[in-house]
Amino acid sequence: MARSIDEYLRARFMPHIWCPGCGHGIILNALLRAIARLDLPNDKVCVVSGIGCASRAPGYLDFNTLHTTHGRAIAFATGIKLANPDLHVIVVTGDGDGAAIGGNHLIHAARRNMGVTTIMFNNSIYGMTSGQYSPLTPSGRLATTAPYGNVERNFDMCELVKASGANYVARATVAHARQLSTYIERAITTSGFAFVEAVGNCPTYFGRRNKLGGPVEMVEALKKNSITAAAAAKLDPAEIRGKIIIGEFYRGDAPGYIELYDGVIERAKEAAGK
Amino acid sequence: MISAGNPEAPVLVRREWCKGCGICIAMCPKKVLESAPDGKALVARPDDCIKCETCEIMCPDFAIRVVAKKAAAPDQGREAVRGGR
Repeated sequence: MARSIDEYLRARFMPHIWCPGCGHGIILNALLRAIARLDLPNDKVCVVSGIGCASRAPGYLDFNTLHTTHGRAIAFATGIKLANPDLHVIVVTGDGDGAAIGGNHLIHAARRNMGVTTIMFNNSIYGMTSGQYSPLTPSGRLATTAPYGNVERNFDMCELVKASGANYVARATVAHARQLSTYIERAITTSGFAFVEAVGNCPTYFGRRNKLGGPVEMVEALKKNSITAAAAAKLDPAEIRGKIIIGEFYRGDAPGYIELYDGVIERAKEAAGK
Repeated sequence: MISAGNPEAPVLVRREWCKGCGICIAMCPKKVLESAPDGKALVARPDDCIKCETCEIMCPDFAIRVVAKKAAAPDQGREAVRGGR
C-alpha cells in the first residue's frame, strides 16, 4: 500500500460519532484503503454526502469534503464533477438518503453515466433518527415505524442502478471487507457512473429491535447469509430468498458523461469558429 | 524485529478511539486480542500474530494498526489509475 489511511483522516475529530460496532466504520475503512492503494493525493479526491449516519463520514476525512442536504449528495457531486472533471468525486450515502429521498438523483446519475462513484452504506434502517424502516429494510423486519413487521418489499439497488445505465455495479458486506475494498477501488477507476452497495450492520437500532445480537453476531450473520452472484445463478429464486447476493453485477465501458460533454465543448468551439 | 513479550507489538490499539465493540477480538484467526477490563481491545498474545491485518481492516473505529507488516507483495500489475471520468 502506497499510503497510510492515516493520511486521509482528520484525527482531531476522532473518535467518530458512530456507535460501537457500527459497520459504517468498516465501510469507511475499506474506502480509505482503496484510495490509499490507488495512491490518490488528498486534494484529488472529493467526498460528498447527504444526511444520515453514513453521511457523517466526510467530516472525518481530509479530502475536499461536502456534507449536503438530505438525498442530494449526487446532485452536488454532479456539479462538482462538471466544474472539475479531474477530481475523483465519491458520494457516501445511506440506504435512506440514497434509495428513498435521493433515489431519483441516483437513477439519473446512472442514466447519464456521470463520472461519480457512489458508495451506499446499507444498514437497513434510518439510524440517525432512531430506526424508521427504509426502502432497503428487508420485508418482515421490525422498525419503530413497523412495530408489527415491515410489509414492504425492499429494493435491489444493484439491479436498479444496473438497469439505469451505470458502468460499474457491485455489492459486498462488511464481513467481506477486503472484497468490498477491491470493489470500491474498481469503482473509483471506472469511467462513468459506478455504484457499490456496502451491506453493513446497525447494532443499535436495527440489530437490537430485531434481536440480532451484538456487532460480532451481526457481522457473522452477514457472512453466513451471503451468497456469491455465481452461486446464486445456479439456484432457484426460492432458495436464495433472504440471502444477500454479493459480487460484481456489471462492468461496462459505455462513454461517460464527461467524455461526451468534452465532445459538446469541441463542437461548440468549432461552431463558434474558434 | 519484534521482541518477544513486547506488549505493544506487532499490533497497536489506539485506546482513545477504541469503543470496545469486540469485532477485532472475534475476527482474529489467532486469538491475539482479548477484552481488557474496560471492554477495549488488549493485545494479549502478540507472539501469535501472523500479521494478516484482519483486525485493522475490520475495526470500525480505525483504532488498530498492525505495525509489523508482512513483506510487501510483488506488484501484480495493477491497471494505471485512469482519470475516472
